[in-house]
Amino acid sequence: MTITVQYFARLREDVGRERDEVAAIGEVQTVGDLWRHLHGDPPVRLMVAVNQAHARLDTPVTDGDEVAFFPPVTGG
Amino acid sequence: MAVRLFDQPFDPWALVQERERRLPLERLGACSVFAGRMRDFNEDEDVRALFLEHYPGMTERELERIVAEAEARWPSITCEVAHRVGAVEPSETLVLVAVWSAHRVAARDACSEILERLKHEAPFWKRERLADGTERWVEENTPGR
Repeated sequence: MTITVQYFARLREDVGRERDEVAAIGEVQTVGDLWRHLHGDPPVRLMVAVNQAHARLDTPVTDGDEVAFFPPVTGG
Repeated sequence: MAVRLFDQPFDPWALVQERERRLPLERLGACSVFAGRMRDFNEDEDVRALFLEHYPGMTERELERIVAEAEARWPSITCEVAHRVGAVEPSETLVLVAVWSAHRVAARDACSEILERLKHEAPFWKRERLADGTERWVEENTPGR
């Protein structure tokens, strides 16, 4: 099992890909751990979702979760 | 509750009329509508086109959550929300929020609340194409209140 990571909008362009598949490992307990594991320090104004609901960097993540990272939203 | 995404142009007034044919209008004294269109300028630049990215699945869930929370706060309301995705040209409608209620205050306040929450919580992102062909992401929505 893995954690699926998706990137949207400018963040996808900055990261250079649409998604990552990350093996669930012990040091990745939260959304923030996941970002640091992949990319180092998180940018300011980073928005996150876990399983398609808004979340925070301290939200726990587990095997099978769908995590999304994106910049501030600009709809409407 | 009705929440819809359109990948082609839609007529907000036709959606309002279509919904009104199915509503008990004799009980709904007020209807408040916000229709937002694409401008051909932004931050002193001519904008020729827009691409609206979204997060399929989460975008629909977020819009439904925002409407459900408004319906919990103002139990008398009926809502219709529509939003464009994909390639958009100036003057095309980007968003419709229509709220019916027995009285004006709930309709007006709920319409405003749904729109503001949509703009700050629903996962949509605008990328603008300018007159010289360059593209840029819109970094942040203008404050609404």
